[in-house]
Amino acid sequence: MKRAQRGEVAIPAPTTRRMWTFFHRLASPRYFYELAGKLVPWLGWGTALFLVAGLYGGLWFAPPDYQQGDAYRIIFIHVPAAWMSLFVYVLMAGAGFIGLVWRIKMAEVVAKTCAPLGASFTFLALCTGSLWGKPMWGTYWVWDARLTSELILLFLYLGYIALESAIEDRRTAARASSLLALVGVVNIPIIHYSVEWWHTLHQGPTVFKLGGPSIGLDMLVPLLLMTLAFKLFFFTMLLVRARSEVLEREANSAWVRETVTSQ
Amino acid sequence: MTSFHEFIHMGGFAFYVWTSYAIFALVFAWNVFQPLYHQRRVRERLARRSRGSSR
Repeated sequence: MKRAQRGEVAIPAPTTRRMWTFFHRLASPRYFYELAGKLVPWLGWGTALFLVAGLYGGLWFAPPDYQQGDAYRIIFIHVPAAWMSLFVYVLMAGAGFIGLVWRIKMAEVVAKTCAPLGASFTFLALCTGSLWGKPMWGTYWVWDARLTSELILLFLYLGYIALESAIEDRRTAARASSLLALVGVVNIPIIHYSVEWWHTLHQGPTVFKLGGPSIGLDMLVPLLLMTLAFKLFFFTMLLVRARSEVLEREANSAWVRETVTSQ
Repeated sequence: MTSFHEFIHMGGFAFYVWTSYAIFALVFAWNVFQPLYHQRRVRERLARRSRGSSR
């Protein structure tokens, strides 16, 4: 019988190993800072490109809706903003969880920098929804399930920011705020399913549903372009914010001193 | 959309549509300028500190 050589099983395939090496390096603040610095301009130009295309498509090219006229054009910012408000929260809570369990500094940085961006998207979704509600439902606001749970999401973000900034020690602040973020995750499925679980003024899903989207292609394409623009914008500004945060946290290390004094 | 007037008028929904897009522009602009301004301030502060300590 042939005996397995030592280490034969333990060594993972080269691609897997390379992936883990990448994650390990990404967890190093310096590597993250430098990589993010290179990525930001590309992501920024990508955002601009998709934004211009999406705005042109949504405001000019797409035809008026047969029921809502031109008022429906609010969808091109309302829906991407609302999607992002949920996406960013899940990312924030996930990064917070990783920071809590494995004490990875970069995860704490990501969680912290998600919060103001997520709050912005939530605020935008609420404002545009309200401005869309007035001509369609006849009111700026109703206390129904979808609107109320989205408002709670805004409060969760604001609570997270307040708690994080109230605690002096960065690591303690990260731990406390991550716990708050994790508790708040319960709100995410509530927001998502609110239009199905309760009777609500808010319309049900039009894009992600059984049988495909019930929206014309000339409206769907600008919507997807805007969604991509929002996503790219988020990652661009996440990296910009995270880089400042890394500088502050690593202020005493030699590479940060070199970086800040060289320019 | 076929004319500029039609574009501005938004089929009578100009107030709602353009206010939405104005808020969107403001929120995005704030999210660009605030982090960039903050980054510059952090860099300046740290630079001052590290120059001060090396002397």
